[in-house]
Amino acid sequence: MKVEITVNGASTSADVEPRLLLAHYLRDVLGLKATNIGCDTTSCGACTVLLDGESVKSCTLLAAQVDGGEVTTLEGLSPDGADLHPVAAAFRTEHGLQCGFCTPGMVMAAVGLLSENPKPTEREVREGLEGNLCRCTGYHNIVRAVIAASGQDPDEVQGGTLRRASTEGVEAAPGFSTGDGA
Amino acid sequence: MSIMGTRVVRVEDPAFLSRGARYTDDLDLVGALHLTLVRSPLAHARIEAIDVGEARSAPGVVGVFTGADVDLAPALLFGGANDKMVRQFLAKDVVRFVGEPVAAVLTEEAYQGQDAADLVEVDYDPLPVVIDLKAAATDEVLLFPEAGTNTSNGFDHEKDLDPNLFDGCEVVVTRELVNQRLAASPLETRAAAAEWGEDGRVTLWCSTQNAQDTRSEVAGWLGIDAAQLRVITPDVGGGFGAKIGADPEFALVVWLAKQVGRPVRWTETRSENMTGMVQGRAQLQTVTIGGDRDGTVRAYRLDVLQDAGAYPRLGAVLPMFTRMMAPAVYDIERVESRARVLVTNTTSVAAYRGAGRPEATAAIERAMDLFAAEIGMDPAEVRRRNLLKPDQFPLTTKGGAPYDSGEYEKALDKVLDAVGYADLRAEQAARRERGDTMQIGIGVSVFVEITGGGAFKESAAVEVHPDGTVTVLTGTSPHGQGHATAWAMLASEHLDIPVEKITVKHGDTDLIPRGSGTMGSRSLQTGGVAVYQAAGELVEVAKQRAADLLEANVDDLVVERGAVVVRGTDTAVSLADLAEREKLRVDTRFDSGAPTFPFGAHVAVALVDVESGKAVIDKIVTIDDAGPVLNPLLAEGQRHGGIAQGIAQALLEEVVYDEDGNPVTATFADYGIPSAAELPSFTLLDMATPTHLNPLGVKGIGEAGTIGATPAAQSAVIDALAHLGVRHIDMPLTPLRVWEAIEGAK
Repeated sequence: MKVEITVNGASTSADVEPRLLLAHYLRDVLGLKATNIGCDTTSCGACTVLLDGESVKSCTLLAAQVDGGEVTTLEGLSPDGADLHPVAAAFRTEHGLQCGFCTPGMVMAAVGLLSENPKPTEREVREGLEGNLCRCTGYHNIVRAVIAASGQDPDEVQGGTLRRASTEGVEAAPGFSTGDGA
Repeated sequence: MSIMGTRVVRVEDPAFLSRGARYTDDLDLVGALHLTLVRSPLAHARIEAIDVGEARSAPGVVGVFTGADVDLAPALLFGGANDKMVRQFLAKDVVRFVGEPVAAVLTEEAYQGQDAADLVEVDYDPLPVVIDLKAAATDEVLLFPEAGTNTSNGFDHEKDLDPNLFDGCEVVVTRELVNQRLAASPLETRAAAAEWGEDGRVTLWCSTQNAQDTRSEVAGWLGIDAAQLRVITPDVGGGFGAKIGADPEFALVVWLAKQVGRPVRWTETRSENMTGMVQGRAQLQTVTIGGDRDGTVRAYRLDVLQDAGAYPRLGAVLPMFTRMMAPAVYDIERVESRARVLVTNTTSVAAYRGAGRPEATAAIERAMDLFAAEIGMDPAEVRRRNLLKPDQFPLTTKGGAPYDSGEYEKALDKVLDAVGYADLRAEQAARRERGDTMQIGIGVSVFVEITGGGAFKESAAVEVHPDGTVTVLTGTSPHGQGHATAWAMLASEHLDIPVEKITVKHGDTDLIPRGSGTMGSRSLQTGGVAVYQAAGELVEVAKQRAADLLEANVDDLVVERGAVVVRGTDTAVSLADLAEREKLRVDTRFDSGAPTFPFGAHVAVALVDVESGKAVIDKIVTIDDAGPVLNPLLAEGQRHGGIAQGIAQALLEEVVYDEDGNPVTATFADYGIPSAAELPSFTLLDMATPTHLNPLGVKGIGEAGTIGATPAAQSAVIDALAHLGVRHIDMPLTPLRVWEAIEGAK
């Protein structure tokens, strides 16, 4: 069957099997490989994209169900890699990613969360991202990134529970700095 | 100012955050066939017949292979295991765990693979199943009758225990502890792809933590010369120890590509990953601790049964580390341990973050709490009285570990102070007095671990190019750790060239033939130091050349902003210009000669609803001292991830098989990986005690969080219930288990 889906602002269309998942449409038909698939049970959220502005798990939707819709993937957020979308940029600044596999879905879920709740609390971020699993970061820096992307200071929300490690009183080894500068 | 010790944001991130990383499944491989594996639905069975006729004629099918077609010798997956316990690449007579591959289907399209795999008919004759370790030890049901035993190997396992070990102790406590089986669960599942060239060489792309070892393993299994095989690791979506080395499936992919003369690619599903990938921990421990009522611990015994799964792999060696680290941070007169490794009808056990050390720490930290409860002393105080003192270092422990440096009491004091230990105990007493539904518990752990304990040597090369850019080649193999940034910092420190101009390459055996990859928290203290050393040596080479060119004395030359400068003058030649005249590259190797022993202390605070049994970790304060920190941003990330996995083992995660060997946690819907909502934020304190074993003074940080957090979180929940008479609950401390413990204590 034929589907027509606007992806990252461009119209796309293809003849697809009715059972083709949106995630595979994006990856295999369009070659947009940022969207990852991490599970079979809609549990991990690595495949999260925006559909008509709301975050959805693209492994749980058929391409056919999205016919006529507008999809945004990670590639669509920051078409120029040198100029990152503010949420993606906050993930970098706060080290909210390690292996990168959950990251495209996590960033898209965060974009969706912030569009619904522009100034979330730490708890709201944690519950808002409950459908996206990360195995590397322990979420601490992801939460910091989302708080920072919302324009709040991650060192100050929630009584400072998200603060970075204290370097107070730490003696630098020879040749090492302990400052925050780079 | 030195770049070392600063928060340099990652150079790999702009690509990861715009177009996404490039994993094995993302590769464009023109004409590649998709491999779908037919896996055993039974834990132990004889294969009577396999009918692939219908599958062969299904749409898109290019080939269907069974064990009868595979001309490879069965492989012993771990050298130290019983040599009868070998695995076939496709099982042809007996299957020994649910998920063992029995047939391979190659199709043009991925979706066609599952359709065709469903048409493969396998006739199984079920055999008795053994899952329980004590049952396995009886040898009543044997996985390998030809071996005559389920014991793969052991460590003093046939030695009698010392009947006098606890002589003279006023108090002796003994207890069986389960260190449950866990699934590493990297978000990227296993994946591999292979393509043979016309020159008779083959390229294997795969998701692994060490390309070079993968090459020798796969070449060995296939019976080909390692020089014929090029292994490339694209970006790797997490490993946590479970991607150390090659999986048999990787060799199968290479073999199949040869059979059909086309590239073959394989990416497993999550449920295949949860049944077929190696898993971790899986120890049944008996601890016995003895000492005096003044808090002095005099003797400690650790007796381990290690589950190896059906085909022994790295799991067979985990107890070696568990035994080595058994006495941990404590100065105990008499210590003994032994371990037996057993096969069961489950997927193989191998490394998972900490790999043998979290098991040692969990055992003795629980033992310390049990001893403290028995003598009625505060658990933090009992620990303090038995800690090794700073002036005892360096020393070799009764476990045989050569500890380099440590300040354990200082670490304990700092976390207790930061968490407000005395105030928390007062609040706990008040809640108990009031009979609150929500009780609090405080769990303390002091830990030491071993990093870089496997391979001490690592290679590095640094080359400056005529355009002023730099390439660093490393034998380490990052999969989230940020080596592209960290190693660039180390080169930048010597060359004074910005990290943005430095490219770090890894994971390609043609480019980097020697390397041991990333595991056991070894990378910085071996591979990072090698990069630092290579860049330093390159500076010396450049100075020699510049001295001739500038007619200057080498001693008057310094490197500034990527140039060799005659100190105090404008006379200079850039490293790029030197590279233009003659290739400017240094290859080197660093040999640490010994492992290092990072340490720390964690305090966790649990909130436990004593009516429902629901427990959460509300707060955790940690010191993870791995010496000087190269990049705090990256080091904190490692600590965070480790702490999360530690809390997850304590409260949430467990791989469960039923008595017939059916995995009941085979999806992410069933297995308890925590989300952001189930974890607190983490309070990290810093301490930096250097080691003398490398010029940077650095130790490993990758696994510390897991090792310290697991017992702290477990003990915190149990501590919340101490006044009800609860002394121990096995992990994971699910609401049901906590509720049952409360009811049982009534």
